[in-house]
Amino acid sequence: MMWIAAIAALALAAPYAVYPIFLMKALCFGLFAVAFNLLLGYTGLLSFGHAAFFGFAAYVTGHAMKEWGVTPELGILAGVAVAAAMGLVFGLLAIRRLGIYFAMVTLALAQMVYFYCLQAPFTHGEDGIQAIPRGKLFGVLPLDDMYVLYYVVLAIFAIGVWIVWRAVHSPFGQVLHAIRENEPRAVSLGYKTERFKLAAFVLSASLAGLAGATKTLVFQLASLTDVNWHTSGEVVLMTLLGGMGTVLGPVAGAFVITTIENYLADIGAWVTIIQGIIFVLVVTLFRRGIIGEALAFVERRRRQ
Amino acid sequence: MSSTLAPVGGVNAGLTEDWIIRTQDLTKEFKGFFAVREVDLRVRRGTIHALIGPNGAGKTTCFNLITKFLQPSKGRILYNGRDITRDDPASVARAGLVRSFQISAVFPHMTVLENIRVALQRPLGTAFHFWRSDHSLKVLDGRARELAAAVGIEEFSETPAVELSYGRKRALEIATTLALDPEMLLLDEPMAGMGREDIDRIAGLIRQVAKGRTVLMVEHNLAVVADLSDTITVLARGQILAEGDYHKVSGDPQVIEAYMGTAHA
Ligand SMILES: Nc1ncnc2c1ncn2[C@@H]1O[C@H](COP(=O)(O)OP(=O)(O)OP(=O)(O)O)[C@@H](O)[C@H]1O
Ligand SMILES: [Mg+2]
Repeated sequence: MMWIAAIAALALAAPYAVYPIFLMKALCFGLFAVAFNLLLGYTGLLSFGHAAFFGFAAYVTGHAMKEWGVTPELGILAGVAVAAAMGLVFGLLAIRRLGIYFAMVTLALAQMVYFYCLQAPFTHGEDGIQAIPRGKLFGVLPLDDMYVLYYVVLAIFAIGVWIVWRAVHSPFGQVLHAIRENEPRAVSLGYKTERFKLAAFVLSASLAGLAGATKTLVFQLASLTDVNWHTSGEVVLMTLLGGMGTVLGPVAGAFVITTIENYLADIGAWVTIIQGIIFVLVVTLFRRGIIGEALAFVERRRRQ
Repeated sequence: MSSTLAPVGGVNAGLTEDWIIRTQDLTKEFKGFFAVREVDLRVRRGTIHALIGPNGAGKTTCFNLITKFLQPSKGRILYNGRDITRDDPASVARAGLVRSFQISAVFPHMTVLENIRVALQRPLGTAFHFWRSDHSLKVLDGRARELAAAVGIEEFSETPAVELSYGRKRALEIATTLALDPEMLLLDEPMAGMGREDIDRIAGLIRQVAKGRTVLMVEHNLAVVADLSDTITVLARGQILAEGDYHKVSGDPQVIEAYMGTAHA
């Protein structure tokens, strides 16, 4: 409980010390990674197409707000709803495949979404949807105020993470845990495991959509970058780097990767190389990720 | 102890069908290789029935077919007279036909209590409730403890399954299976790799749980098979070689050649 209070205090004070836009970007990717980890870490499914939910929800929210003039909460809701529906379709097509085939099917479907976004008029192709008005949340809270926006984004992030935490520590989460540990045994106890995996997939896709929709508010932009397969890869990296054994681990990974991208952007192509090196280091040396290794270290100290 | 292990629903007295399981012409082909070939197996309600045979005889495949983990290439499976050939494995389990696995099947990083609770929680109807706290499962702890005690592992209630000895993992598996109160248990080599003491414990346990239930088990330990089972079916190269009680089967020259011969070699 102590450390939750500490993190909350830090998060509330942060925009007075650090550039808020950067913080909000990291929070959006943090939520994205937490949602992704509900599948990878807690269901045992590697999706390689999560950018489709993140990026397409961003387009839907952007379009709804700019072209239809809806309020931000409705725009976000539209983005999440579409992401959930896409998650259902992706899930129905992919869930029966195992291991690498599951990843391939999600990647293939995400590529189809990408090419659709490249062609469809409403996304404005290479330009993306630009200058999306932020509007007023519930018609009252002016999101053009950087601090108001920050606390709204922080609240969305907290709600999203809480939903994942709740799901992991719920009767549903217990069944997911059982499926991850020994699927045939879960089946032999009478669980139709595919339905549980599908439910987890839809939940994960919806929250990935929530993250993408929120990012649209922050940057007033929805573009092809967010639906690109590169973004799908990045969320895998963030999750592994932070550690997939805990709910909050992926947030640490998201902050590290976002920091590298933001502050080392001047060195151009090197960013990709640094990411590659980090990936190799995590996979070979720090399997548990930043948070996982830290917790293991504390545990070792405690036992001594 | 026996009250915890006894079936909650009681013996199904209303059913006139004598055979709880009947297979007809059951066949499984893997790319031209017949793992199970035209098997007509009958298991009488309320008995302990053993399925034996040399390695690769098709015993596990039979289990996989009956519990629907594999689709048969040919043939039918009747459970209480009802055709379950096209059912899915989860439905078969819900109908009361619950299996164990050849390699011990626990949820390794869940505690003993949590393992058993996974089996108990489905009837609560909250398995999809991702918005509900898992504290709501605590109502099951009492029953889970009872089951753990019934198989003699109550003192390990809070221990992760991965840290249990092999024999206790097997005991946990049986407790988890019993949590479903199945009508019939299929046990695939419940005593493989166990020492004398564990074997006696598990044999006693099987005898207990078989009261009012049907057990079909695969087992290589012939002393155990002789001791426990009412009927034995000998399988070799996917086909039934002999059937009957231990006395009859062990005297069959074909069996001696195909099975006993290798077992005593
Ligand atoms: N999925 C599969 N694909 C191909 N062949 C298989 C498959 N499963 C089993 N077999 C083959 O079918 C035969 C029967 O296997 P099964 O596992 O049923 O034997 P078993 O009687 O249980 O043997 P054991 O005593 O060693 O457990 C074996 O020759 C095995 O190699
Ligand atoms: Mg076998």
